[in-house]
Amino acid sequence: MNGSEGTIMVLVATRKGAWFFHSDTARRTWRVEGPQLLGQIVSHAVLDPRDGRTLLAAARTGHLGPTLFRSTDLGRHWSEAVQPPAFARAPQGTAGRTVDHTFWLTPAPAGEPGCWYAGTSPQGLFRSTDGGVHWTPFSCLNDDPQYIRWMGTVQDGTPDGPKLHSIIIDPRDPAHLYIGMSGGGVHESRDAGRSFAPLLNGLEVVEGFDRADPSFHDPHCIRMCPSAPDRLYQQNHCGVYRLDRPGDEWVRIGRNMPAEVGDIGFPLVVHPRDAERAWIFPMDGTDVWPRTSPGGRPAVYGTRDGGASWQRLDRGLPPQQAWWTVKRQSMCADGLDPLGLYFGTTSGELWTSADEGEHWQCIARHLPEILAVETGHPSAAAT
Amino acid sequence: MKVLIPTPLLSYTGVREVDAEGATLDAVLTDLDRRYPGIRFRVIDEQGRLRRHVRFFADGGQIFDPAHPLRADDTLVLVQALSGG
Repeated sequence: MNGSEGTIMVLVATRKGAWFFHSDTARRTWRVEGPQLLGQIVSHAVLDPRDGRTLLAAARTGHLGPTLFRSTDLGRHWSEAVQPPAFARAPQGTAGRTVDHTFWLTPAPAGEPGCWYAGTSPQGLFRSTDGGVHWTPFSCLNDDPQYIRWMGTVQDGTPDGPKLHSIIIDPRDPAHLYIGMSGGGVHESRDAGRSFAPLLNGLEVVEGFDRADPSFHDPHCIRMCPSAPDRLYQQNHCGVYRLDRPGDEWVRIGRNMPAEVGDIGFPLVVHPRDAERAWIFPMDGTDVWPRTSPGGRPAVYGTRDGGASWQRLDRGLPPQQAWWTVKRQSMCADGLDPLGLYFGTTSGELWTSADEGEHWQCIARHLPEILAVETGHPSAAAT
Repeated sequence: MKVLIPTPLLSYTGVREVDAEGATLDAVLTDLDRRYPGIRFRVIDEQGRLRRHVRFFADGGQIFDPAHPLRADDTLVLVQALSGG
């Protein structure tokens, strides 16, 4: 873990700005700092784990084009990217695509300081090698006719636009990438993004559609296990899956969830030191897809055996009449021991567990709609 | 020419009134971006289209085309059209 031994920071991105929560490793009390970037729609805010001081925030307002804010002093001062993610100019006479907002940010592994990846809506992949000041597109993906067909139209995506998300870089090989597209499926590159190929075997799609066509696949969140990078977990539109490489067949571990709860949801968190452990936040995917806690009784579900069995973790959460939605970026872990877990609701509540999900407490209410929750460890020099 | 900047873009210019040169709206925005890197993309997208909720006025009228000609003695006014909740 890079950064100060004694502090933890939770970065909460909302529809109206960002809020940062600070604590020590005991995580009993929290100090709130914010709002930051008030009024900006902040899709994702991430603290660079390589230096513990650089913050990137993907943002837009309701009326201006998208941008990326950057701070090198933990949010005391912000500057905007000089060249934010943008698609290539289309040839004369063709429509071309326009980035509506940057949705996802992933810092590269420690061996590539200053390198970041970004996913946009509509789906596009971008890279920066100067800490987020200038971004360049992956034209092999963004402008490829086959991939554009798989991405579908704006109508095929989530309510606020289709996303490229879950950008994963293999810590053993920075040329090995995974991405998720909603819609468009899971794809893998082994040549640093010069080419991609679908990774869809075993995944179901909505009944009646062709599962061989990436267009019909809707990954919600894909995570690689840091302690075992050959293991991937995925929450998607149809359930919860696991994939152990070099195999290429996803297995639906969500079938082991209680039938009355189901395995539909958006976020998924993996344990940083134990690949058998993961957590999900189930939501109602029946009927017209309310996307709220089943029965109004929210719970995190955790597995200790790679998805063979799941335990309900709801101590401290409301027992009834809590119709929560937790977005795909709004649940995370902190890397401490015991592991801390966090999630934020679209109704503006931030919940945390300092004991790996056994007990939960609310540490903030009345925030705007929470779009993303991340943790970081600020460097001592930056605090 | 004189360019009036709306409050959401003051983070780039620092002041409400700045100077920029160019014979068309597109050229003026390009010159503005040279002076204040990043500002152009907030009001005009990567395909050269004016963004949906930004308005441009000069010489008493609204401009809809990036190729619209401008004179050195014009005042270009950028306006944010508030929208959404």
